Amino acid sequence: MENYLEEELIIGGIEINYLYVCKTKLWYFVRGITMEQESDFVDLGKFLHEKSYFGEEKEVQIGSIKIDFIKKRDVIEIHEVKRGKQMEKAHIMQVLYYIYYLNSLGIKSKAILHYPKLKEIKEIELKENNKEEIKRAIKEIEYIKSLKEPPEPIYQKICKNCAYYELCFI
Amino acid sequence: MRKKSLTLLSDGYLFRKENTIYFENARGKKPLAIEGIYDIYIYGKVSISSQALHYLAQKGIALHFFNHYGYYDGSFYPRESLHSGYLVVNQVEHYLDKDKRLELAKLFIIGGIKNMEWNLLKFKNKTKFSSYIEELNNCNKITEVMNVEGRVRTEYYRLWDETLPDDFKIVKRTRRPPKNEMNALISFLNSRLYPAIITELYNTQLTPTVSYLHEPHERRFSLALDLSEIFKPMIADRLANRLVKQGIIQKKHFRDDLNGVLLNKEGMKVVLEHFNKEMDKTVNHKKLKKNVSKRRLIRLEAYKLVKHLVGQKRYEPLVAWF
Repeated sequence: MENYLEEELIIGGIEINYLYVCKTKLWYFVRGITMEQESDFVDLGKFLHEKSYFGEEKEVQIGSIKIDFIKKRDVIEIHEVKRGKQMEKAHIMQVLYYIYYLNSLGIKSKAILHYPKLKEIKEIELKENNKEEIKRAIKEIEYIKSLKEPPEPIYQKICKNCAYYELCFI
Repeated sequence: MRKKSLTLLSDGYLFRKENTIYFENARGKKPLAIEGIYDIYIYGKVSISSQALHYLAQKGIALHFFNHYGYYDGSFYPRESLHSGYLVVNQVEHYLDKDKRLELAKLFIIGGIKNMEWNLLKFKNKTKFSSYIEELNNCNKITEVMNVEGRVRTEYYRLWDETLPDDFKIVKRTRRPPKNEMNALISFLNSRLYPAIITELYNTQLTPTVSYLHEPHERRFSLALDLSEIFKPMIADRLANRLVKQGIIQKKHFRDDLNGVLLNKEGMKVVLEHFNKEMDKTVNHKKLKKNVSKRRLIRLEAYKLVKHLVGQKRYEPLVAWF
């Protein structure tokens, strides 16, 4: 049996994703100061998700993670649907974390990222070096969560389309 | 889709049939596009079905009710979906800590005073209230802060009055009931502005009942009162000024009522049309590098407060630049 960090069971996929997108957003998010409701993209994403991928088991909640949908083949397939590839690293880390999480429960799995707008899919498997990266990510999330004040926002190109934009830069 | 505030002035019936909300009045039945509604302001005598309320609650749409005189009565404030216990704790901490509370109370008043100054400048009067702001900085109690504010306001009304047409002098600020037309107009607009601020707070994680300048028990949504210090001069007074100086609102838009004066139905209609237009008007926001509506400025003020409360950035009240 491998050793797993005990905090990891309370971390969700969005936290892992946000760690690679923006630390300020992550800080606000984990403190319940969420802005996703302000985003048309999030609305659109939800709508598309509700209207597509029929016949799958959708929004599968396992502990602290919530997977877009799951297919049962020779191993469990984790499917995540994303809008664009701009934040690909965050998407990959998010699904790697899901695989890692299921692993910790003794379930073997792989992941498939869907980019319906680009008509692309990408298969992801968890390698040994990814495990180390996930552990580091979890530690870093714990650290950001513990900060008394939010990390100072740093303007990047992606900020303009972020639901947290006004909060960060007003 | 840009959502809009819906105003119901006529009498009628608001109900739901399947997934559509209808408003039916003497002129007929009209479906309302729910996804396009931001909040609803009800001035008419309207019956509402519980099914309609369920649906509006589900969509997070607040309803605000006004009485026969056009004054705010109360809100249907749907169950909140945005929660941050962390922010609540910080909000309360800033209330309990005397210095932190005083700092915020002063900032709201400073915001109010600077916007009054700006208004006067727009009304061609160059008076500055810097001596009052100095006095404010030396206050050690909320009551002292309130006292300074009261004196500035009296002075502000006096100076504003010098620019107003004879038919629409404030003379003295009177409420419940307002004694003349200008007082009636200002009260009506303030009464419409207050729930607009409530809607904005509803859409944040801020707890609207914990406030700093006003006591949390003063009114149900006392934080909206705090914020109104800034938006009353910026939105309500400016609009009142324009309506009477451009002759859009005239004597005929008022009626006598008992010991006071009130807007009549037609007057309310005209004022509300202009108010809604005003809230949708956009200004260029330099910091955000985009256009934002006047309504959105209220939300941004709430965000600034959030940042102050979590220790990211000291709150600096909005002063109009437009």
